[in-house]
Amino acid sequence: MSSASLHIALVGNPNSGKSTVFNALTGLNQKVANFPGVTVDKKIGSATLISEDGKKINAEFIDLPGIYSLYPKSIDEEIPFRILCDPNNELHPDAAIIVADGTNLKRNFFLCSQVLDLKIPVVLVINMADMMRDKGLQVDFAAVSEKLGVHVIPMNARKGEGLEELKKTLTKKLTVPHHDFLDIRSYAPEVVDGIRATINASSNYDAFLAANNLHIITDFEMTKLKKDKIRQLCEMHHFDSKQMQARESIERYKKISSLMNDTVKQSGALRKSYTHAIDNILTHRIFGYAIFLAILFIIFQFIFAFASYPMDLIDSGFAWLNGKVKEALPAGLINDLIVNGILAGLNGIVVFIPQIALLFFFIAILEDTGYMARASFIMDKLMRRFGLNGKSVIPLMSGVACAVPAIMSTRTIQNWKERLITIFVTPLMSCSARLPVYTLLIALIIPNRYYYGINLQGMVLMFMYLIGFFAAIGSAWVLKKMIKAKERSYFMMELPLYRVPRWSTIGLHIIEKVKLFLFDAGKVIISISIILWVLSSFAPGSSFNDIETKYQQPVYASMPPQDIEKKIQSEKLEASYAGIMGRVIEPAIKPIGFDWKIGIALITSFAAREVFVGTMSTIYSVGNEGTTQLTLKEKMKNEINPDTGLPRYTFAVGLSLMLFYAFAMQCMSTIAVVFRETKGSRWPILQFIYMFALAYVSSLVAYQLLKP
Amino acid sequence: MLLSELRRGDKAIIDSFTDYEASLKLLEMGCIPGEKVEIIRIAPLGDPIAIMVAGYLLSMRKEEAAVVVVRKLIA
Repeated sequence: MSSASLHIALVGNPNSGKSTVFNALTGLNQKVANFPGVTVDKKIGSATLISEDGKKINAEFIDLPGIYSLYPKSIDEEIPFRILCDPNNELHPDAAIIVADGTNLKRNFFLCSQVLDLKIPVVLVINMADMMRDKGLQVDFAAVSEKLGVHVIPMNARKGEGLEELKKTLTKKLTVPHHDFLDIRSYAPEVVDGIRATINASSNYDAFLAANNLHIITDFEMTKLKKDKIRQLCEMHHFDSKQMQARESIERYKKISSLMNDTVKQSGALRKSYTHAIDNILTHRIFGYAIFLAILFIIFQFIFAFASYPMDLIDSGFAWLNGKVKEALPAGLINDLIVNGILAGLNGIVVFIPQIALLFFFIAILEDTGYMARASFIMDKLMRRFGLNGKSVIPLMSGVACAVPAIMSTRTIQNWKERLITIFVTPLMSCSARLPVYTLLIALIIPNRYYYGINLQGMVLMFMYLIGFFAAIGSAWVLKKMIKAKERSYFMMELPLYRVPRWSTIGLHIIEKVKLFLFDAGKVIISISIILWVLSSFAPGSSFNDIETKYQQPVYASMPPQDIEKKIQSEKLEASYAGIMGRVIEPAIKPIGFDWKIGIALITSFAAREVFVGTMSTIYSVGNEGTTQLTLKEKMKNEINPDTGLPRYTFAVGLSLMLFYAFAMQCMSTIAVVFRETKGSRWPILQFIYMFALAYVSSLVAYQLLKP
Repeated sequence: MLLSELRRGDKAIIDSFTDYEASLKLLEMGCIPGEKVEIIRIAPLGDPIAIMVAGYLLSMRKEEAAVVVVRKLIA
């Protein structure tokens, strides 16, 4: 653990402004790590607090996932329970900050009262002081503090109001309430006492929770022996967990109502809020969808149109760097490894940053203003038929630009099954990397003709995008039938009041996402990039030398050196391990109409689909000038299939190839991100196999039906 | 009458639940027996719904609302 002398956890409802308080406390001193074994990010930040007598205290803050209660309903929600309720947990804090939304005190007090009953030292922050004033809510903070027995600090975290007081309070000796908010022991005294005698529980309520949540407590957290003992205790005293929970919730709310009667006043008539007026438009049966479509349209325009400038800059920056490194280092293997292995891999990672940053900029705004909840409100029924969620729309549509940020954006879907299905099918949407492949192949096999003023090539391109969309939706429907949900699915969510977005929060959010991608997915991408480099730069025996010697013969002396260089590269690729693999897989890809040359391109474009064009250029020894596509197209057009004596790239082969690229998972960045987001190799492997099978079967059917 | 059967603008008092398991989450969210609810809006496709309960706007799928037995208040 770190050297901080004070460990503080932030706990609160979703939308309570917990993260704003966290950001205000820690600023840029944040890092994101993983909670072991789950898909939840662990956000940790630090700050130096100065006590009243001038002493400096290093504090470390942990921002726990937002929860409504200490009864977890999903894997994410288990984290706060495990950390707060198990005094032996390595992240168990010295104190907790409970953040409550002041405009929604009743429901926020529910979680607050549960945490209080754990008897951890706490400070209660009542946030959104500004909106409470707007709503005419008056809270007697001193009375709340007295009744609950803890420090209460009103805050407007967005403006930083109350921040200094919070920091100062944290340096004081924080108190633990003397009495239980709810006398839980009276529900089942024998069980509570028995558990406290068995395990290290911090309070009566902590013991009660252990009995109710026993099914999610791991053997690591509590020995089997102790769990069995608790189970026996519960059976012996007829402890009905569900009935206990229901009774607890009802009585907590009763106590909260009476607390609020004494401390909260509503002055002035409650007018219909602006939120209601905005909702009338944004969830309208016509305008609602029109506005949603317009927002999607604007987002993708930005991602397509504006991300390309920084992306081109990154590409040309790397091209420049490549040139410099190539010159600076002596020619040879190391030079080649750095330029074509490592730098190529780095380029492949960094180039995604503009798209990721832009997409998350928009998503953060949609989330932060409260619009995202409305979008899923109006889309949910439509998406649910396919096992998806109202919130799946954004990732699916973002998949048209790039699956990597799209998959990262599925975090907003709380339901694990629906999130998993979204992750699984998003790569089927036609991303921008498929575009160069489609463009080349369509130009090759589809005549550039107009029918009734409609361009045929354009129609085929649209058809490819539609195929991707329907494949995604169809696969989602199949998965819905197949995946068994472990956890009960809930859609219940708050429709928060509309708010102006907090730019600093959005900025931090973007930085966090970019960092995650760079470091987590980046590792995998670099490794695969190096493997591919090895495959295409080495050949068994002396075959590379033989090629070099061959072109040194006097016969070739009259050829321009550039052409010789291209011929050498092309022959080397054929002789390399990648080339050999291309030949090895030829029997397998022959039924779908591919030869070993396409096989090589399939192998090298495993890294990224757009590599297809580059590899084909190398195979057909076309230079890298601006006219690549045109000359490559001509060369491919003239390629003859030795078996038939007819052109190699017939309509059947071209279509089969396009279908293959539409469905196969040929993007290591996506695989790396799925690996990260699902915390394991199971789903990326299944996804890879599924997409490959889909690609192979549809190519097979298309080729066998259409071949001449 | 069930919460899922109410129309937009209807007000009602929560009475009980038909499914024990599903009621636990509802209870935590503040839908406790005796609490007043109002249907604020229904999504354009008829599902989900948004209700005002315990001072905030809560949206839920109709299948989730179908476990809540309510007494409708006459306006």
